[in-house]
Amino acid sequence: MNEQLKHMTGQVAKGLMTRREFVGRAAALGVTAAVANSMLADRAAAQDAPKRGGTIKLGSSGGESTNTMDPALTASEVPLSNIRHWGETLTEVNPDGSVENWLAESVEASADAKTWTFKIRQGIEFSNGKTMTSEDVLKTMQRHSDEKSQSGALGIMRGIVDMKADGDNFIVELDTPNADLPYLMADYHLMIQPDGGIDDPAAGIGTGAYTIEFDEPGVRHGFKIRDNYWNPDKRGFAEFSEVLVLNDATARTAALQSGQVHLINRVDPKVASLLDRAPNLTVESASGRGHYVFIAHIDTAPFDNNDLRLALKYAINREEMVDKILRGYGSVGNDMPINESYPLFDESIPQREHSIEKAKEHYAKSGHDGSPIILRVADGAFPGAVDAAALFQQSAEAAGIPLEIKREPNDGYWSEVWNVQPFCASYWGGRPVQDQMYSTAYLSTADWNDTRWKKPEFDAMLLEARGELDTAKRKEIYSEMGQMLRDQGGLILPMFNDFISGVANNVGGWETDPNGEVMNNKANIKCWVTDA
Amino acid sequence: MHPILTLIAQRLALGILLLFAASILIFAGTSILPGDVAQSILGQSATPEALANLRAELGMNEPALSRYFSWLGGFLQGDLGTALTNGRDIAESLGGRLKNTLFLAFWAAAISVPLAIFLGLLAVRFKDRWPDKLISGITLTTISIPEFMIGYVLIYWISIQLGWFSSVAIINDGMTLGQKLNAIAIPVMVLTLVVLAHMMRMTRAAILNVMQSAYIETAELKGMRMLTIIRRHAFPNAIAPIVNVVMLNLAYLVVGVVVVEVVFAYPGMGQYLVDHVSKRDVPVVQACGLIFAAVYIGLNLVADIVSILANPRLRHPK
Repeated sequence: MNEQLKHMTGQVAKGLMTRREFVGRAAALGVTAAVANSMLADRAAAQDAPKRGGTIKLGSSGGESTNTMDPALTASEVPLSNIRHWGETLTEVNPDGSVENWLAESVEASADAKTWTFKIRQGIEFSNGKTMTSEDVLKTMQRHSDEKSQSGALGIMRGIVDMKADGDNFIVELDTPNADLPYLMADYHLMIQPDGGIDDPAAGIGTGAYTIEFDEPGVRHGFKIRDNYWNPDKRGFAEFSEVLVLNDATARTAALQSGQVHLINRVDPKVASLLDRAPNLTVESASGRGHYVFIAHIDTAPFDNNDLRLALKYAINREEMVDKILRGYGSVGNDMPINESYPLFDESIPQREHSIEKAKEHYAKSGHDGSPIILRVADGAFPGAVDAAALFQQSAEAAGIPLEIKREPNDGYWSEVWNVQPFCASYWGGRPVQDQMYSTAYLSTADWNDTRWKKPEFDAMLLEARGELDTAKRKEIYSEMGQMLRDQGGLILPMFNDFISGVANNVGGWETDPNGEVMNNKANIKCWVTDA
Repeated sequence: MHPILTLIAQRLALGILLLFAASILIFAGTSILPGDVAQSILGQSATPEALANLRAELGMNEPALSRYFSWLGGFLQGDLGTALTNGRDIAESLGGRLKNTLFLAFWAAAISVPLAIFLGLLAVRFKDRWPDKLISGITLTTISIPEFMIGYVLIYWISIQLGWFSSVAIINDGMTLGQKLNAIAIPVMVLTLVVLAHMMRMTRAAILNVMQSAYIETAELKGMRMLTIIRRHAFPNAIAPIVNVVMLNLAYLVVGVVVVEVVFAYPGMGQYLVDHVSKRDVPVVQACGLIFAAVYIGLNLVADIVSILANPRLRHPK
C-alpha cells in the first residue's frame, strides 16, 4: 500500500495527478486526509529549495570508542562521516562518477600526464581563520606521503616523485604517467589541513562547512555550522549536525522509525523491504562498487590450476546469492572487480553464467585428486558470508566439487585469515577508478594482492592505461585487463552489494551516490531537514 | 583487634591480591589473542610499512613484561596512560563511561531490588497460591528470554508504537535529569526484568527456608499474623543469602550489561571495553578489567560483611 502512496506523491510532484485526486485515492487505501496532506507536504518540501537551520542526525554503524579525527587513520564509516564535516579535498568525485574541482580551482596535466598543476582556489579560510595556501596543500601531501606515515593514503602517494608549491599552484611530478591523478586527490584521507595538520592532525581544523562541537568517540559527534564557509550554496544547510554511533542494526532501524535520527546507513537487506513500508521514511539503495568475494591464491595448490578455478567460478550460483544473501539489493558479479559504476566499464564483456556442466568439465580437466578444498569464512568478512559459503558449497557439490567450509572467528580475521590463507571469503569496498582498484590489489607489487595475481603483461597494460589520455584507448585496455582477470584470476566474485540507507521523509536533498554509504558519507553536509 | 576488623582486613588484602592476579590474567589474555593493536587499528588496509611504523610509535617493540610493569607502575601512581588507538587520556574517557554505567546500574537497582524483595515476600505470603505462581511465572519468563530480545520487544512497543520513550539511550552531561531518565527508561526496564527473577526467587527460598524453623512454628502457635512473622522473625534471618544474591546482581548491573549497552547505544563501560578488546588496546582493557574486578570484589566484600554483621555466631565468636 505504501509503495503505491509513495508512487502517487511522486505523480503529484510531477504534476501528473492533482492534490484532490491524491487525497481521494489515499482515502481509498485507508489513509485519512490529514495524513495524506502531510505526506504531500513532506514530499513537496523535500523537493523545494534547500532549507537552512535545524539539526540533521545520522545514525551510523562503523564507529568505536577508539576512533580519532585524524584523516590519515580514518578507516570506517563514522570517522569518515566526521572528517567530511570539517575537511575537504582538492577534488571530489561526483555521484555520476565524474571528478569535480573543489579546493583546486583548475587542474592541468602536461601532455605526458606526468606533471600535474593544481591551481588552488583563493580566499578560502580554514576554521581557525588562517587563509589556505598552496603551502598548506603541499604540507598535507607531504604528511601523507612520508614513508613513516601511517596514512591510509600512503599507497596512492607512492607514484609521486616530487611536489612543490609555486605561488597559487601546487605541482605534482609523477614517476609514471597517471591520467587518474585528480581522482586520487579526492581520496578522503587527503583532507587539506593548515600546515598539513602536522602538529595536531586530529584537531579538526579544515575548510569544511562545520566545526567540531563535541567529540565522544564511540558515542556521538556534533558539528556546528561555520559563518564563513566558502561554498554555502552547496554544503552546510543544517545549523547543527550530529553523528550518533549505532552499531547494532536493530538499534539503527528503531532510531529511524521513532524519529530520533533522520538518516541511517547499512540497512540490513533482510529488513529493507519491510522497513520501506513505514510511512515516515524511505529505503534508498545505491548500487556501488563494493563486492563480496571468495579469493584464492593462484600460486598455491590446488588453486594454481586454472581449470580448478574455472570449475569453482562456474559452480557458484550468482543469481541465488544476490537473491538470498543480498535479498535483491545488489547485482551479480563477473569475477572481475569492475562493474558499471566505474567510468570506462565495458558492458560487452559476457556475463559468466552458473553452469554445473561446465563446472564438471573443468573440474575433470583439472585432475584434482578429490581431497576437500577448504574455504575459510567468517561473517566479519562480509554480512552473510557464512550463508553465502554454504550456498557455494551446495552448488559445488552438485558439480562434484568437494568444497569444505572452515568457520573462522571474526576477531583477527583480517590479520590471520585474509591475505594469509589460500582460500577465503573477503570484501572489497571498491575504488573510484579502475586504475586504483587494479593497482591496489592486482598489480604484482601491490601490498594487498590477495589473489597473488602477478602477471607482468597485466602490469604493463595497467601502466599503459594509466598514462593514456585517450579515453577510447583506455577503455579498450581496461576491457582486456578485466577479461584476463575474469578468465584466469583467483577472484571469484559472485556479487556487488548495494549501499542501503534509510532516509526520513523530512530530509531534503538526498541523491543516490554509488561512491560510498549514505551519499558517500556526505549526507549530513549536503542534505537539509525540511521542517527546520 | 576486634575479630571482625581482622576479618575485614584479611578480605581486603585478599581482594588486592585478586586484583593483581586479574591484571596478569587480562594482560596474558590480550597477548595471546591473534593480531595486535597496530594490526587492529589498520585492519584490512594494513601494509607492512604502516604496521612497522605504527608498532614502533606505540612502543610495541618493547618486551611484554616491561610494557606490563611500566603500565602497572603508572596505574599505582594514578596515571592510567593514554589509549594506544586514539591517544586519548584513559582516566578521562573512563571516568565518564564509569559514571554512565553507575547511573544506569543505580536506577535499575533502585527499582529492581525493592521490587524483587517485595515480590519475594508476597510470594511467601501466598505460597503455592495464584499470586505466588503468577509472580514466579512472569519473572521466570523474563529471565529466560535473552535481554536483547526483551530490549527489541520493548523498543518496538514503547518507543516505536507508543512513542513514549527514546529507543536510543545516548546521554550526556548537557542533559537534565529528566531527559536522562527518559533516555534510560527502556534499558532500566530491561535490566529490571532480567535481574528480578533471580533476586525474587532467592528471597522467597531463603525466607521459606527460615519459615521451616522451630521458632517460626512457635510464633505461629502464639497466633501471630503471617506478615508479622515474616517481617519480624523470618526476614532478618534470611538477610545473608538475600544480600548475597542482591550483590551478585548489582555486580551484573555494572559489569554484565554489554548487550543492553549495544542494543540501546548506551555510552557505558561495557561497550568501551569491547571496542578496545577488539583493537587489542591493552592499557584500556587492563584499566577496565581492573575496575570490573574491583567492583566484583568490592560488592562481594560488602555481602560478606553484611552477612557477618547479620549473623550473631560470627559477630560474637567464641
